[in-house]
Amino acid sequence: MSSVLDRDIRLASVDPLHIDGEPDRVRRVRAQAAERFNTLGWPTTRREEWKYTSLTPLTSIDWKTDQRLPEDRSLASPFGDRPIAELMFANGSLYANRATLANEHPGIRIVPMREAMDAESFGQHFARYAGYEKHALTALNTALWQDGAYIEIAPGTAVEGFIHIFYIGGGTADHPVMSHPRNLIVAGRGSQITVVESYFGKGMYFTNTVTEIVAGEGAVVDHYKFENESLEAFHTGTVQIHQERSSNVTSRTIATGGGLVRNEINVALTGEGASLSMEGLFVLSGRQHVDNHTVIDHIAPHCDSLELFKGILDENARGIFDGRIIVEPNAVKTNSRQTNRNLLLSESAVIDSKPTLEIHNDDVKCNHGSTIGQLDEEALFYLRARGIGEEEARNLLVYAFASEIVERMKIDVVRENVSRALYSRLPGLKAEGRKQKAEGGLR
Amino acid sequence: MLDINNLHAGIDGKEILKGLTLHVGTGEVHAIMGPNGSGKSTLANVLAGRPKYVATSGTVTYQGKDLLALPAEERAREGVFLAMQYPVEIPGVNNIYFLKAALNSIRKHQGQEELDAMEFLQLAREKMKLVEMDETFMNRSVNEGFSGGEKKRNEIFQMAVLDPKLAILDETDSGLDIDALRIVAQGVNALASEKHSVLVITHYQRLLRYLVPDFVHVLADGRIVKSGGKELAEELEQKGYEWIEDEVAAAR
Repeated sequence: MSSVLDRDIRLASVDPLHIDGEPDRVRRVRAQAAERFNTLGWPTTRREEWKYTSLTPLTSIDWKTDQRLPEDRSLASPFGDRPIAELMFANGSLYANRATLANEHPGIRIVPMREAMDAESFGQHFARYAGYEKHALTALNTALWQDGAYIEIAPGTAVEGFIHIFYIGGGTADHPVMSHPRNLIVAGRGSQITVVESYFGKGMYFTNTVTEIVAGEGAVVDHYKFENESLEAFHTGTVQIHQERSSNVTSRTIATGGGLVRNEINVALTGEGASLSMEGLFVLSGRQHVDNHTVIDHIAPHCDSLELFKGILDENARGIFDGRIIVEPNAVKTNSRQTNRNLLLSESAVIDSKPTLEIHNDDVKCNHGSTIGQLDEEALFYLRARGIGEEEARNLLVYAFASEIVERMKIDVVRENVSRALYSRLPGLKAEGRKQKAEGGLR
Repeated sequence: MLDINNLHAGIDGKEILKGLTLHVGTGEVHAIMGPNGSGKSTLANVLAGRPKYVATSGTVTYQGKDLLALPAEERAREGVFLAMQYPVEIPGVNNIYFLKAALNSIRKHQGQEELDAMEFLQLAREKMKLVEMDETFMNRSVNEGFSGGEKKRNEIFQMAVLDPKLAILDETDSGLDIDALRIVAQGVNALASEKHSVLVITHYQRLLRYLVPDFVHVLADGRIVKSGGKELAEELEQKGYEWIEDEVAAAR
């Protein structure tokens, strides 16, 4: 552990971090990744995929790694004791491990990455999907990752309940702290698993995370990323999903926090009949800047992908949806739909929406679209004309806009937390609308 | 109940109501008929407080209060209900949640105790029967995917639940088949009583076969040009609106 404590790193040029007992391949990969980062440098807005987001405020800071947190930080998990297993990391280092019980099951392995490096499947999958050759932030993470969660589910094992990977960050302007969490989730053939990653924190810090997910043949994976960092925090992250034949993945990205955020979700559909549902919700206010960047690569025939991202932006927030669907020459009978809908609650909020289809064969069914709108004045009047006050009517309509995504979250405690984060993010909105679900379900 | 005096109102700077005067007493059913463009819907919207509809002069007194000074939600809480001509679809807002929130905000305002979920459901079920509405409607989003007739029926259902003192029906009958028309009339007749007043705005006389008004008014060019009993509606049905327009022109 001593290798991470108070290690100063000048980010203009990085040296790879090494953990005691690291296998040769990991050492090599780290060294290569560091070299790549040093060559590539930070992404700039001159690059097409970064044209809306400048990392200048981040790159000018002299970040440190520090596993300690500011002392006033309460480390309560947002989901209480509901996850069947939970790994908690403070500024990138393991803080609490509540996975023992789940690990008693022979088909389940949930351990910190540091303890998994000798596993056969670690060697087989680690850093094989999230490319660090061209992607500077992934290279930075690969060179510097301190710890994270390794989750392996044996073939045929269906895990009930959900696993929580909880990252908490903290720092100050005088002591800005960075961390590079790294996760690997391997769902064996025919297995089933739900994983929630969440990011909370306080003060000024920088989280640069990479999660690789492998869904084996016929595996069912439900993945949530709940980014609720502090408003002073920087968050950049990549979720890289590799899907094999007939696998079924649901990916949800919820962004309510962070000052400057870049969320990338990349999926490769490599086996026939794989299906993907990718959903995203970003709810922003103040001067928040959240850039969502998704790539869905249809490599194999007969795959389905359904993508829906929704943005709610208030005050001076800036949001970006840049989604690309690629259909490769072999991916015949592809069925793909990409939608981005945005709700602007103030005149100074800005959204850039760029849905893109790139189709290389003509036997496909694909469509995409994007909308940007304000609250429907007709609907607002309708509610008011029935006696509902203006504020509550606005609440109802904003919640209704988000509900399509929120209500589909299967885990109650996650859905409730997301709703709460949604309301706390929007000034002038209160938690009234959350009651809707409970009462709406009555028959 | 409602006193409208020399009301001038319009939208986007265009005057549509040009000195309308109308008195609706408690317990009365009034029908306002008139050709397209005469200002019928403007009247409904001005009374309900729809944004952009502006009254430039004249007064509207409702139960002793200056109605025009109240925001839309306050008017509803005071017991004014507008059955809309084009009910809007609100995806993601649950019908039953919405209506319960509406009813309780009205009850709270009127100093009545709010209903809990069970009490509300009981009331809603009872009123659903009145408008022959299927219970599955309740758990759908407000008007989403409803047919035109279902939307109108939902308006009448909401009216039945909210139990307004003054109900304004803005062309609720247009586009309805005879069954739906009968159901709408059934809902209105159940509401109409000594304490409730109803203002039925319509282009056609059809609805008035099921729903007998105490007074019929003809609106033309932003003014009420003729008033009478229910027989006036029949006369309009037979002769159309032209003879009234001619009469008005002759009187000028």
